[in-house]
Amino acid sequence: MSSHRLSTGGQIDRARSVKFTFDGKALTGHPGDTLASALLANGIQLVGRSFKYHRPRGILTAGAAEPNALVTTGTGGRTEANTRATMIELHDGLNARSQNRWPSLGFDIGAVNGLLSPFLSAGFYYKTFMWPAGFWEKVYEPLIRKAAGLGKASYEADPDSYEKCWAHCDLLVIGAGPSGLAAALTAGRAGARVLLADEGFAFGGTLLTDRDARLSAMLAELEALPNVQCLPRTTVIGWYDDNVFGAVERVQKHVAEPDPGQPVERLWRIIAKQAILASGAEERPLVFGGNDIPGVMMAGAMRSYLNRQAVAPGKRVAVFTTNNAGYRTAADLEAAGVDVAAIVDPRATNEPGWNGKAKVLTNACIVDALGGKSVSGVSIAGASGVQRFEADAVAMSGGWSPVIHLACHRGAKPVWSDTHAAFLAPERQEGLSLAGAAAGLWSTEACLSDGSRKAAEALQLLGFAKVEPAFAEADAAQPAATPFWFAKGSKGKAFVDYQNDVNLKDLGLAVREGYGDVELAKRYTTNGMATDQGKLSNINAIGILAEARGVSPADVGTTTFRPFYTPVSFGALTGASRGKHFQPVRKSPLHDWAKKNGATFVETGLWYRAAWFPRAGETTWRESVDREVLNIRKNAGICDVSTLGKIEIFGRDAATFLDRVYCNGFAKLPVGKARYGIMLREDGMIYDDGTTSRFSDDHFFMTTTTALAAGVLTHLEFCAQTLWPELEVHFASSTDQWAQMAVAGPKSRAILSEIVDEDISDAAFPFMSARTVSLFGGKLEGRLFRISFSGELAYELGVPAGYGESVADAIMQTGEKHGICAYGAEALGVMRIEKGHVTHAEINGTVTPGDLGFGRMVSTTKPDFIGKVMLAREGMQASDRPRLVGVKPLDPKASFRTGSHILSDGAAATLENDQGYVTSSCYSPNLGHTIGLALIKNGPERIGEKVMIWNGLRNEFTDGVICSPVFIDPENEKLHA
Amino acid sequence: MASLITCPHCGQRPKEEFTIKGDAGLARPAPDAGADVWYDYVYLRDNPKGLHKEYWHHSSGCRRWLIVERDTVTHKVHSVSDAALAKLGGAA
Repeated sequence: MSSHRLSTGGQIDRARSVKFTFDGKALTGHPGDTLASALLANGIQLVGRSFKYHRPRGILTAGAAEPNALVTTGTGGRTEANTRATMIELHDGLNARSQNRWPSLGFDIGAVNGLLSPFLSAGFYYKTFMWPAGFWEKVYEPLIRKAAGLGKASYEADPDSYEKCWAHCDLLVIGAGPSGLAAALTAGRAGARVLLADEGFAFGGTLLTDRDARLSAMLAELEALPNVQCLPRTTVIGWYDDNVFGAVERVQKHVAEPDPGQPVERLWRIIAKQAILASGAEERPLVFGGNDIPGVMMAGAMRSYLNRQAVAPGKRVAVFTTNNAGYRTAADLEAAGVDVAAIVDPRATNEPGWNGKAKVLTNACIVDALGGKSVSGVSIAGASGVQRFEADAVAMSGGWSPVIHLACHRGAKPVWSDTHAAFLAPERQEGLSLAGAAAGLWSTEACLSDGSRKAAEALQLLGFAKVEPAFAEADAAQPAATPFWFAKGSKGKAFVDYQNDVNLKDLGLAVREGYGDVELAKRYTTNGMATDQGKLSNINAIGILAEARGVSPADVGTTTFRPFYTPVSFGALTGASRGKHFQPVRKSPLHDWAKKNGATFVETGLWYRAAWFPRAGETTWRESVDREVLNIRKNAGICDVSTLGKIEIFGRDAATFLDRVYCNGFAKLPVGKARYGIMLREDGMIYDDGTTSRFSDDHFFMTTTTALAAGVLTHLEFCAQTLWPELEVHFASSTDQWAQMAVAGPKSRAILSEIVDEDISDAAFPFMSARTVSLFGGKLEGRLFRISFSGELAYELGVPAGYGESVADAIMQTGEKHGICAYGAEALGVMRIEKGHVTHAEINGTVTPGDLGFGRMVSTTKPDFIGKVMLAREGMQASDRPRLVGVKPLDPKASFRTGSHILSDGAAATLENDQGYVTSSCYSPNLGHTIGLALIKNGPERIGEKVMIWNGLRNEFTDGVICSPVFIDPENEKLHA
Repeated sequence: MASLITCPHCGQRPKEEFTIKGDAGLARPAPDAGADVWYDYVYLRDNPKGLHKEYWHHSSGCRRWLIVERDTVTHKVHSVSDAALAKLGGAA
């Protein structure tokens, strides 16, 4: 209970208080606080338990890299696990809970893992849980998952909305610290379209921490520039090809009750002509014993809390630093009235210009922070041995690592710089340049100058006339940095990766056991994994590996930076594509007609198709389907077939084109006729089938299967544009423009004769006729086709979509006296199986026309068509290929299922004895037993052979017999009636 | 991959509007070109490192098949042309 709010200072609104809870305890803070600063202000320094050892952890940073202070916020569907307390803007009603502790944060039984740490060292998964093999999945993994972990996700649906948007700009500036603000001002004044994004809720970066007097004027000017769009609370998460950036804007994450008319998060895709990465630098922790005890904090973070939120980390602070940052923190602490116990500097001489009260110990380091749930002191090793100092907080600074992640997302490799003691990214890449601390500049003036210069350069590339830099050139000279990887002689655990509980010894072990390569060490120790992706730990780990291997960090190299820079919620990535917006619903123009006739619908891709039309007293779908089928074969039925793909084909060369895409001939198809066509893939297998009709010399109308409507159009366009661009042929999908209904059954002609004005007798309108017709005494034009999927005398009538329902109503009304019924996709399926017609159940991607009995349809006279050459291959013509036949049970009372396999009579049920399988099956109400279509080796030669129909999944065996696939009207008398 | 493709008909559009088919350097052989040539055309594909011409269909745009020449290493798009116009020798 040593951190506290100072009575004055800070950039917080002390006049207003904000109420929030942490682990159920009611607390208050002020606008301008983050959850982290508000917890510290309330004296709460223990905020979480570590991943593996359940060690007490506090707040280490003041930004996006926070590895320790992960909390769960929100309740119900708004529950969000593993959010960083340092990034949460405090707001009224905020409900935050600590994670990975039981029964409580203060007393956590899992902490016993710390005593077991000799067994939990690097690679322990691979060493300890090897045997017995079956134990991993059932015993070890569940136990480990339970003991080690982060927050838990909610099972409830997220009530909030998310959205995605695109943005275009001349210059995207990433980061609104001194460099980014200078860049935005320079470009904004020049009239460029500027987007300025920063992950924080307040712009300024270190200018905020520095309490720089220039900041407010800079922000006011940017605000007033109409060509500059400021995006606070927006993290740029990735740099993608063609200078497209991804960004997440937290629109309403800082309010208690989001406005339902606004998204809570917005995913931006930003197309930037030029971009400047001004993401600053990350301060590196120092590796010494107990460097994870609550109260140990990054020096820069401590200074930020002090100056921005007037929060002191304790009463007496020990500072451990390798550079001027620690001295700046010490100066500000002393100015705020906080004692500085000592400044411990491993360098030989102290920072020039230090004139504070605190004693500086050079050539010294903190070897251990002491304490359990809070810091009680430090052990300092120096020239005069190890001495103990009282302290309740420790500030540490191991130097700075430029935040170069985004600059490396497209393959650029970070390069080690000895003078910076840091990895740098290429300063200028096409479309992106680095400015300020991200480019290794440490002073504010150098950053202001660099941001201005980089913006001017970027605009000049875009052709802007002379651009004035907002800030003048500054001296960029800076002292060389000294890397310091770890304190020698620590007694306690010295953590490198806080989030994964990877300590110094783990990395040493990895090197000794042969996993010293940076990528191997990452996987062996888990250093750099999880939600923070090693933002604080990676460079220290590389330095430690380098030292252990006796090489330079340059030789160790880095692991690969990949998007996203920080974790992104599934909500933001999903955007509006959820619930009913996940995919569109396609409704046929006859959907409402089917609905009012009582249809039960089935999802077919995006479509909803009528499956059957139950009537009063029918309790099972089979009763309805059987009735529909029997009635159609006796009287008539009407079915919606609008979902079949429809493509209008126009052009002088349309007939030539069709001749090349179908394996059978179309060039000589007369006007007024339809023809069944089979389209092959170039490998000779069947791609799709359907009928194509000719309305005039240069106008054809193609139908496709429902499933491949889009695919066939794409295929036709590919053939026309890339294979034969010299042909004059054009396509237009008209699937949605036509309501198409099948009217089938012996009474169909009688019914349609009352609606169609023209003569449709068999003589005037024979099988496979296709013509534009007049309807209802000239009130409407439609397209009539005499085609049949059911095997009955049948027609398909197409009318403009808007007239579909009225025409279907009229047909039902006219047909009433003829006993017409509405039927759905199930009855359609039964009748086509009875007739031996194929669908994509048979056209399964491995069948040739010959396999389905269409061998003689394939043209032998056409010089070329898609699939012709490959279809001629020996294996494609072999007679022992699985070929189409019918199957039926020997005993009419027995049944079998689709997907069952065929065995020769008496053969054992093994894969080797497999003869083929049942592609479609149904109960035939006309025959009174189950029937099936099957692809069987040598099938047509085996008609009459007794076989065993075997369903291995359900262990069902049915005696059956191979038969003709045409079960009904093999002479086609009904068809031609 | 590229994030943006400049369609010769529609201008710069996001890649999500396009469907990629693959190697645009393949010429459909004559029917009598022989089994080996056809086998290559139907089944064999190169996976070049560097410049590569591919068919991209502007499926959610103008529905034209385009030839996109891009670098498989840098992902830079070097040219985009209308496949039919390119084949007919006209300006893309």
